[in-house]
Amino acid sequence: MEFNLKIWRQKNAKAKGHFETYHISGIEEDASFLEMLDILNEQLIREGSDPVAVDRGCQSSGPVSFDHDCREGICGACSLYIDGRAHGPDDHVTTCQLFMRHFKDGATITVEPWRSAAFPVIKDLVVDRRAFDKILQAGGFISVRTGSAQDANNILIPHDKAEESMDAAACVGCGACVATCKNGSAMLFVAARVSSLALLPQGRPEAKRRARAMVAKMDELGFGNCTNTRACEMECPKGISVAHIARLNREFLNAKFSE
Amino acid sequence: MAEKMISKIPDGPLAEKWTKRKSEIHLVSPNNKRKLEIIVVGTGLGGASAAASLGELGYNVKIFCISDTPRRAHSIAAQGGINAAKNYQNDNDSVYRLFYDTIKGGDYRAREANVYRLAEVSASIIDQCVAQGIPFAREYGGYLANRSFGGVQVSRTFYARGQTGQQLLLGAYASLNKEIAAGTVTSYPRHEMLDLVIINGEAKGIIARNLVTGELERFGAHAVVIATGGYGNTYFLSTNAMNSNGSAAVQCYKKGAFFANPCFAQIHPTCIPVHGDQQCKLTLMSESLRNDGRIWVPKKMEDVEKLRKHEIKPSQIAEEDRDYYLERRYPAFGNLVPRDVASRAAKERCDAGFGVNETGLAVFLDFKDAIKRLGHQKVAERYGNLFDMYEKITASSPWEEPMMIYPAIHYTMGGIWVDYDLQTTIPGLYAIGEANFSDHGGNRLGASALMQGLADGYFILPVTIGDYLSHKFAEPKTDISAPEFDAAEKAVQQRIDSLFAIKGTKTVDSIHKELGHIMWEYVGMARNEEGLKTAIAKIEELQKDFNENVCVPGSQYEFNQELEKALRLQDFFEIGKLMAFDALNRKESCGGHFRIESQTEEGEAKRDDKHFMYVAAWEYKGEGKEPELHKEPLNYEFIEVKTRNYKD
Repeated sequence: MEFNLKIWRQKNAKAKGHFETYHISGIEEDASFLEMLDILNEQLIREGSDPVAVDRGCQSSGPVSFDHDCREGICGACSLYIDGRAHGPDDHVTTCQLFMRHFKDGATITVEPWRSAAFPVIKDLVVDRRAFDKILQAGGFISVRTGSAQDANNILIPHDKAEESMDAAACVGCGACVATCKNGSAMLFVAARVSSLALLPQGRPEAKRRARAMVAKMDELGFGNCTNTRACEMECPKGISVAHIARLNREFLNAKFSE
Repeated sequence: MAEKMISKIPDGPLAEKWTKRKSEIHLVSPNNKRKLEIIVVGTGLGGASAAASLGELGYNVKIFCISDTPRRAHSIAAQGGINAAKNYQNDNDSVYRLFYDTIKGGDYRAREANVYRLAEVSASIIDQCVAQGIPFAREYGGYLANRSFGGVQVSRTFYARGQTGQQLLLGAYASLNKEIAAGTVTSYPRHEMLDLVIINGEAKGIIARNLVTGELERFGAHAVVIATGGYGNTYFLSTNAMNSNGSAAVQCYKKGAFFANPCFAQIHPTCIPVHGDQQCKLTLMSESLRNDGRIWVPKKMEDVEKLRKHEIKPSQIAEEDRDYYLERRYPAFGNLVPRDVASRAAKERCDAGFGVNETGLAVFLDFKDAIKRLGHQKVAERYGNLFDMYEKITASSPWEEPMMIYPAIHYTMGGIWVDYDLQTTIPGLYAIGEANFSDHGGNRLGASALMQGLADGYFILPVTIGDYLSHKFAEPKTDISAPEFDAAEKAVQQRIDSLFAIKGTKTVDSIHKELGHIMWEYVGMARNEEGLKTAIAKIEELQKDFNENVCVPGSQYEFNQELEKALRLQDFFEIGKLMAFDALNRKESCGGHFRIESQTEEGEAKRDDKHFMYVAAWEYKGEGKEPELHKEPLNYEFIEVKTRNYKD
């Protein structure tokens, strides 16, 4: 297969970005999107190190930087906006689990970084998602000290509750929800954590404080408000439901009323 | 045994050793803990749990990771589960049995005392994780559910769907966040350790590169903890994450820490087969699938040929024409034999020509009978996400046709040598989790990596490190302008400068791929003397090629992933050679290490306890020189050493 790739290039956080277009061929249908970018980078490095190509007017900005790690859809590192969709055209996958058989041979593919004020670009397609860490540091935990826990089976949790908590806990922290939201809201991310813990008895003692603190931190860091467009649910690679946003809202209101 | 290499295993009965050691360890008072600084490198299960627990105790902790956030660490990708001797199933499990299974699974090359301690603290890990809000699978009564894993006959594995590693890591990461918020831990994401700093023989700090700005930065502490995982990516293609690397371990090795049993690498039997030469990463399908899936290849060569030509579908092959070779060869354990045994058996069938895809390097993992027995819903609940993942990658549905699988490099049992306190041969330097060598011997059992990472981080290191630090609280903070820091930073700077100076035309990945081919061919599932010697010579040749022809584009002072990879590849050369060296020395077959010269008539691994019942710890002797071997004899006081038997 062959493709024209229109890729966002930006030297660093302060530099102005621009698109560059590259042609790539000989791609197997079973190659993943990121393997395709690996192959492009091999090509760009070779061209950059080849004086003849440079004389010919090869003006590449060098290999394209992009975040990636586990390549099996669980670490949440990969973060590309492909043809206008977070993680590309396939549903409920991260970019590393997107395969080239989902594209038309010869297509032009546009690749951009996450676009959100709260996630500044570091370079090319790499963004800074430390804002997510800060939200979780505000309260996305249960305050249990190592060694102080009781026997695990002393806390009974109904099967369905555990399953529902697990649905929310499946969040990989990639940021697709923020990138795809027209308001740049982090509600689905915050809701996933708040809801997962609120559903379990262990999470109840701090539930109010947690909801308040995480929402306040989200607002402080410049994420937008939720206007219930449900775009986040559509693009979440783990299919996390907006029902968890409803639970977050309940928890938050509950916390506010008891202030 | 070298003078530095004292294992510090406490005397007395096995079950009392850990209690005894804990009672001997000196304590550090709360006001003194505040004066002490600890560096933790790595944020996987080991690093995150250690940093959080040390922070809770009141130490000042600095934690480093190469990713944008601690939660990306590769522990997140562990699927199947975590073992614990809870005996919730009433199937006669116990601390002793978990200990025994682990020692036996490791083919009698792990320390009794360490493994017993691991089994002993395993139950507390589950308690801790449940308290953190980890949504483990539950039965309808609300009690915790369990499943079984390879190499054992009880159900002691706790799980959260096929995402157990993710959930455990998010638990440890949440505890870490709690301590970051409390101010006891400072987090340094996108920082990569590039050297260890030693002052007066003790570990006192690190040099790290800020991966965003490219600056080299100095960090001092009273002790350094390495929790950077394994070195499986030496093989280029592995189930490890792309950024997983062995560099921190190599830096410690080059600064004097002994490296133990490097040749013990685990080849996991259930990975999705390689699809072409554009691939850079292999995907694991959880071992838990072997609970209900049955592994087979056709009995008749004509069926194999038809499969390869796509003339028939696997489901069309009649029951009597299928060779369920694990059930045939190992009736007692069947599809649940340990990983090394299952991997070699797959290789044996494929070498005999029965591989079921075009490359001839694949076998079937079939759920037909499980779906019939349990029903669609039950199977979906147990393995739904794994089936989805398989279908996304291969465009074939495990509901209709069996999965295709083949072994791939997955985990490294070898690592930095540590004593019972998890301290390396360098005072003040500790290694935990996959980065050390201590608990899995020649082969790790499934669902035990998570157990070990968390045992080390939550319950062992926070206690043992106190013994060292109790003598250090009067020492002032480490001065990062000391000449030792100057020298270490200068050496790193020179290394980076020399990489940019090469200006060759070969990409880092293309050379890494070549290293992977050498490793898989000669230091892979079956090894022999000639091949291992060839490997060492070829790696040296390749290293020369790298030094003359690699191209590292860009500059140091920017976000530069090619520079990161080039630095790591230099260290993979070192590990690759060390693995071959160790494999050459170990003229026996044992666990994941199979020497062709040492096998039984039936082709099973043949151990040589008389000559090789020891930990091989290697000391770095300088560039271009052979490492020196130190032996730590393994004494089995409490269990009888047997030949592993999974047949009856």
